[in-house]
Amino acid sequence: MNDASAAPGSFWDARGLASWLFTIDHKRIGLLYLWCVLGFFIVGVSLGLLVRLELIAPGRTIMGPQTYNAMFTLHGVIMIFLVVIPSIPASFGNIILPLHLGAEDVAFPRLNMFSWWLYAIGAVTALAALFTGDGPPDTGWTFYVPFSAVTTTNVSVAVAAVFVLGFSSILTGLNFIVTIHRLRAPGLTWTHLSLFAWALYATAWIQLLATPILGITGLLIIAERVLDMGVFDPARGGDPILYQHLFWIYSHPAVYIMILPAMGVISDIIPVFARKAIFGYKTIAFSSLAIAFAGSLVWAHHMFVSGMSDTAVMVFSLLTFVVAIPSAVKVFNWVSTLYKGSIHMEPPLVFALGFIFLFTMGGITGLVLGAAGADMHVHDTYFVVGHFHYVIFGGTGMGLFAALHYWLPKVHGRMYNKRVATWSAIILVVGMNGLYFPMYLLGLAGMPRRYYDYLPQYTALHEASTVGSWVVVAGLALMFVNLWRGMRSGPRVGPNPWGAATLEWTLPSPPPTHNFPVEPVVERGPYDFRGVRADD
Amino acid sequence: MTDAHRDYEGAKLGMWLFLFTEILLFGGLFVLFAVSMARHHDAFHMASQQLDPAMGAANTVVLITSSWLVAMAVAALKLGQDARARALTLGTIALAGVFLVIKYFEWSAKFRHGLYPGSAELAAHPPGEAAYFALYYAMTGLHGIHVLVGMGVLGFAWWLMRTGRCTQGDFVFLENAALYWHLVDLIWIYLFPLFYLVG
Ligand code: HEM
Ligand SMILES: [Cu+2]
Repeated sequence: MNDASAAPGSFWDARGLASWLFTIDHKRIGLLYLWCVLGFFIVGVSLGLLVRLELIAPGRTIMGPQTYNAMFTLHGVIMIFLVVIPSIPASFGNIILPLHLGAEDVAFPRLNMFSWWLYAIGAVTALAALFTGDGPPDTGWTFYVPFSAVTTTNVSVAVAAVFVLGFSSILTGLNFIVTIHRLRAPGLTWTHLSLFAWALYATAWIQLLATPILGITGLLIIAERVLDMGVFDPARGGDPILYQHLFWIYSHPAVYIMILPAMGVISDIIPVFARKAIFGYKTIAFSSLAIAFAGSLVWAHHMFVSGMSDTAVMVFSLLTFVVAIPSAVKVFNWVSTLYKGSIHMEPPLVFALGFIFLFTMGGITGLVLGAAGADMHVHDTYFVVGHFHYVIFGGTGMGLFAALHYWLPKVHGRMYNKRVATWSAIILVVGMNGLYFPMYLLGLAGMPRRYYDYLPQYTALHEASTVGSWVVVAGLALMFVNLWRGMRSGPRVGPNPWGAATLEWTLPSPPPTHNFPVEPVVERGPYDFRGVRADD
Repeated sequence: MTDAHRDYEGAKLGMWLFLFTEILLFGGLFVLFAVSMARHHDAFHMASQQLDPAMGAANTVVLITSSWLVAMAVAALKLGQDARARALTLGTIALAGVFLVIKYFEWSAKFRHGLYPGSAELAAHPPGEAAYFALYYAMTGLHGIHVLVGMGVLGFAWWLMRTGRCTQGDFVFLENAALYWHLVDLIWIYLFPLFYLVG
């Protein structure tokens, strides 16, 4: 990557492929992640588009049923494990966290490089699962037994890939926890930590505590397939429901690995563009930990119809309601911060507002699903698909885009076209509603998810959704072209284009390799804007 | 672990967190064991009779001794007795090897009796016994892999000591390797009564 924007003395200076692949500079590792994540994101979006296109009309449109199953499985596996989970924590977490702490690097720079390598190996293995063996996996990203134990498609390789990716995620989380504990600059107390850092801290704990369970679950699937183990086979004393428990003990907390970092980004962006200290700093910081904790207790809300006892259903339903509270608290805090703030409507804020709107849409339907009675009706329908796309794409996706627009000037030292950026955000919000709102209606009307074909009465809503997917792609294309052009040839910016108060904005844009020439001494909070000036 | 700045506390904290994830990895299997045992109480009892507690006990002694050796190795290195530390580390690796040899004989005896996942013999037993043996191989197998990894890590520590990169002044790698080995030992100390003595 030759980058014209690099000012001399910046971390871009070293040249050549090896200087990137074997770098131990957290900023470069973060960018490696970012490029991979964005690359896989484009692949995942393309697969999603094909699935949507197939569904534009009943019956066969562009592919057969087996291809369709493989397509949505790949779409899910790529999006969840290769894109969304590493998205913000591994990319922007790596780039920004040490800067927010006033540190030279993360605690274990070599381990950090190793994590990226594991991610790359996992990604290559996942791709290998597509092109080797007897066809790409067709189980859905949840790999439910017994089907995953008996299908002849390449499930073992895909699961092995997930295992390696999980290991990478664990090591990143471990590195961040130690970094936050050990490498804060003098004066940077826990209550002076940025909310992004707080969010990463809570996320890191979930990565550390939940991912090993996914690891063992994956190993057991491989053991079922390769060694004919029978742990989940009732004929041999096993139980397939146990698989679902183990899977969701990881995968529900994993949705907070996906969303908490995005919430952290939003919490950092809102006060900067409202020119106001964030309302309820401690509640926001604490609610991240509360989400991490409570979110670990609600996994079985994915299994209301799997045949648990009624008591279990009621308990998990109640717990699910409890976990919604800290998320709602954050939304109220953001809105209160904006209230009577002096608002600067810059692109990062526009994306943040899009996040709040879309995430709220998804969160409220989460409550509908968490109510066991309602879930009986809409479980495994398009309602669920709508719900998680609003939270994952509308939430984490918009959070990632907000982060891109907020920090790109810092990383590249250049600015994109702000008007175009704002338009791309608006098109995205419109497109996502067009794409996913019809899914709520489809689900309520009884359209099951993961079906290749459907009854004619669902046609109109499916058509609307597919058209929505094209609007989304238009928004994405506009946004990426604009970012690309800004990063190559946009006007140069100084150290602090937004007038933000966290430590990264005291460094030149782009920052030098060793971050802070002298270790900073911190005397102010991250949202204390007194005396902070945006450069003109 | 890092070279940019030597943060002893940080390295130890990192290792403890990692050990925690290892415990959780086994935790999933322990949960499966608990649930299955509650469901098939009698079959588990019958199946566990077929293991050889003498071999399990021997292996317990081997691992506890090895844990003790590696603790002495750390102490020796801190006192600057490099040669002694290296010898004790090699002793630990050797005992790890003994553990695996005993395990090999144990497993192959079971295989000869047709007690392995998917065998016709097990299919003739009640389903709970099949579940028992599935978990037996899964858990002791995963533990065995950890023994192998531990041997690799200790071997690496030995090599670092030989080349003067793990010394009295900078012993954290050996210390962390020893912690890892203690964990491998500890997990076995849970597996042993669970599989060999519940009956
Ligand atoms: C915070 C971000 C969230 C993300 C990223 C997320 C993601 C997901 C995903 C991916 C699924 C589908 C799983 C599958 O493939 O089967 C799902 C289902 C579900 N979500 Fe969420 N979710 C989030 C928040 C919430 C909240 C706040 C609640 C409740 C208060 C909730 C309740 C549910 C329930 C009950 C289901 C299961 C629906 C069913 O299968 O019947 N989610 N979510
Ligand atoms: Cu969930």
